[in-house]
Amino acid sequence: MSGTEDYPADLPGHGEEAEPSRAPHRVIGTPPPAEQRTLLGTAVQDSPPPAPRELPSDPPDPVKAKRAERIVAALFILSMLAGIGFIAAYIGLEVNSGGLDAVFRSNLALGVSMSVAFLALGVGAVIWVRSLMPDVELTEERHPLASSEADRAAFKETFEEGADTSQFVKRPLLRRTLIAASIPLGLAPLVLLRDMGPLPGTSLRHTVWRAGLRLTLAGSNQPIKPEDFNTPGSMITVIPQGYQDDDNAIAKAAVIIIKFEPGQLTHPTNMNWTVDNIVAYSKICTHVGCPVALYEQTTHHILCPCHQSTFDATAGATVLFGPAPRPLPQLPMGVDSEGYLIAKHDFYEPVGPSFWERG
Amino acid sequence: MSTPNGAPANGQVEGPVAKLLDQTGVFLDDRLRAAKSTRTFLRKVFPDHWSFLLGEIALYSFIILLLTGTFLTLFFKPSMNTVVYHGVYTQLDGVRMSEAYASTLNISFDVRGGLLMRQIHHWAADLFMAALIAHMLRIFFTGAYRKPREFNWLIGIVLFTLGMLEGLFGYSLPDDLLSGTGLRITEGVALGIPIVGTYLSFFLFGGQFPGTDIIPRLYIIHVLLIPGLLLALITAHLFFMFHQKHTQMPGKGHTNTNVVGQPMYPYFMAKTGAWFMFIFGFLAVLGTFAQINPIWLYGPYTPAAISAGSQPDFYMGPLEGSLRMMPSWTWDLAGHTVAWNVVIPALVPLGLIFTGAALWPFIERWATGDYSEHHVNDRPRNAATRTGIGMAAIAFYGILWLEGANDVIADHLDISLYLTTEIARYAIFIGPVVAYWVTKRICLGLQRKDNESLLHGYETGIIEMTPEGEFIERHAPVPEEQRAVLLAKRPVAELPAPSDGDDEVPAPATRGPVGKVRLALARVITEQVPAATGDGHGNGHGNGHHEPERAAVTAGEPGKALPGQDEAGDPPDSGSH
Repeated sequence: MSGTEDYPADLPGHGEEAEPSRAPHRVIGTPPPAEQRTLLGTAVQDSPPPAPRELPSDPPDPVKAKRAERIVAALFILSMLAGIGFIAAYIGLEVNSGGLDAVFRSNLALGVSMSVAFLALGVGAVIWVRSLMPDVELTEERHPLASSEADRAAFKETFEEGADTSQFVKRPLLRRTLIAASIPLGLAPLVLLRDMGPLPGTSLRHTVWRAGLRLTLAGSNQPIKPEDFNTPGSMITVIPQGYQDDDNAIAKAAVIIIKFEPGQLTHPTNMNWTVDNIVAYSKICTHVGCPVALYEQTTHHILCPCHQSTFDATAGATVLFGPAPRPLPQLPMGVDSEGYLIAKHDFYEPVGPSFWERG
Repeated sequence: MSTPNGAPANGQVEGPVAKLLDQTGVFLDDRLRAAKSTRTFLRKVFPDHWSFLLGEIALYSFIILLLTGTFLTLFFKPSMNTVVYHGVYTQLDGVRMSEAYASTLNISFDVRGGLLMRQIHHWAADLFMAALIAHMLRIFFTGAYRKPREFNWLIGIVLFTLGMLEGLFGYSLPDDLLSGTGLRITEGVALGIPIVGTYLSFFLFGGQFPGTDIIPRLYIIHVLLIPGLLLALITAHLFFMFHQKHTQMPGKGHTNTNVVGQPMYPYFMAKTGAWFMFIFGFLAVLGTFAQINPIWLYGPYTPAAISAGSQPDFYMGPLEGSLRMMPSWTWDLAGHTVAWNVVIPALVPLGLIFTGAALWPFIERWATGDYSEHHVNDRPRNAATRTGIGMAAIAFYGILWLEGANDVIADHLDISLYLTTEIARYAIFIGPVVAYWVTKRICLGLQRKDNESLLHGYETGIIEMTPEGEFIERHAPVPEEQRAVLLAKRPVAELPAPSDGDDEVPAPATRGPVGKVRLALARVITEQVPAATGDGHGNGHGNGHHEPERAAVTAGEPGKALPGQDEAGDPPDSGSH
């Protein structure tokens, strides 16, 4: 164990550099003769003298530099204080007890101190570069990226040699069976994804609406009687009774009901499915499924806020404008023995966006 | 004379710091043999231009996204289990919501610095995408995507696509009313894909919408899969940039065979470090004062409700706009529904932009036959067709984007909502054509102005009266720096002329139908005002018509170059095709 780091002269990749020794022999426990091998100062023995200095050492104007130094130092101190302020704000300002005011106070204190800390550092560093580092411009050579013809030829040779030695080219049986083995392994991960969800089946064709199921107000979950509508006008969102917490059900079964003056509802509205001039349509847009939540009373237009498909509420929710391809399906509606609005049947067509199997 | 640090004037640093550095250096080099390569690294020259900072904004936004995002994962619960909220935000006390939404409320109101980190994270995502767009436009308009940098251009396009997905999935995670609506639209679009759409949707959502699987699935994609891909691609992107050396803008002494600028250490390191601090500080200011995505105001997601003016983040705007703009076309095809009204807007517009962007470097290279390396950027005006195409793409994207906010526009301008959509339906076809034509004319005009400046100097604004009483404006020669920039114009094409010599025999590359297409493309792409050629007359003038295009190809031959014009351009590499 002499601590030597000599490389054998014939080691591939080092031979041509012909460095006799990168570190002289030395005894363990003695300090390395750093002054002979320093990276910053004097050069390693036997290597060429260091290149002439490329970067100037002093800024051109020492007075300006001194001023800049003070400004930069002040900014760094400001950044440090802001950093301390951040920690202090974190510790000092509780958010759990004081309600929203405390939250926003904490946010403000943390945010301002953080902003100042970063911006002061950034400004300081820029002044440092611009006022304290002498302006230099170096030119570096750029060579074509392509390797030399010799290197390319050598690469080609090495590659072909490997292909040859590995027998990959010569033995098609091995090559083909290897490829054959990799195909099922490549498909297997795709197959594994199968259980990410059930198959669609006919589930997109049905909702939870069924004969006799009451309509309830979204929010209060109260069943609705036709007499509850004092005046015609506004649009009300309705969900099937008992499904208020079932998002999957509501995602297809949400319904809007609107009461009209007698005679306002026209073809192609199915009048058999209305009760006392109250009509029920699916709330799920036939474009891409947003809830059609906007209603303009004067024009009786139902508008989807997402992509602005517009439906005529008096005429079977036919499409007046926008990308929706179909009217909103109408829910067959009736009243039960107690006088509450009920569904007479599920929707007779799939609600919501188009899908391939919809037909 | 010595510096305040006591270093002798010959520049060698001494003292304890130097000794420490020295010892560390020796320690590392003994083990890694890194002195030579690290020295090269430290002295690596970086060209300077403000537009080179755009990519850095994206890079640093990404780092800030990783930092703030990691903090958020410590508190976020990616679960759709229902909980009843009892927390600081009393307006939602007792409301049923998903754990994801409740934990986002907790991050905002119960975790110190949580709101700040959330808002910085969201702003950083928007800044990331905005910087990517600006950076890609810079690359396109200056021709920096040309050989040998096509890989980095393609990586950039993938990064942008992944960034859009990452953003969409990210802002969907809180499971608030706005983001849930975004997921509903995602489901609707997935359902619209022919043949496999229904299955795709059911596998993605684990059954019917909304189910209980989508948030955890988006979460792992958002925090692991896509960031991992982004990180790998960004690393490759930076490595290629580093290895190929950065392009430089045209300027005095800037040639295709050098790099002029300041060294990595200490200049570039200090400047880029400062830039990182600025961006972090800027995002901290936004996160403090500019409220973004206040999910507590939207409320938890329920499929039956929606808030008016639902708008996605800005980078999803073009998709939103194309969905709004599309007429309601669907086909009934042998018992199957083909939802063109969804498929076309979801896939075609952005597909055109991304595919077009990816193919463009190769189309341009093939059409012009320019197989040489390019390291000096073009000024946009000097590649009139490319600049025109870029502006057409901006118009196309911009109109889609504006249509994505047409309700806001209609509201502010007090015009009909439907009118904005009707206008957009025409503008999407007319706008890009107009943008292309106008831009190209402007570019050619600017080229003429450059020629004018080179030949006659610039107008000083000083009016002189001659002894005869005549008023003239004094012209001064263009300063040398500026002159180098003006002289950097290169003829674009190197495709062999349609006939070589007098025998009217078509050159091989231009024969046949493919050759004709190629030639036609080359004619359009290389349209240019011939560079000024020292004689003071002739080429600088009278090019208002289209005929002398081919002359442009020959006008820049080295023999005719002006004094001072850099002749270190690339020899035509006609052997590659």
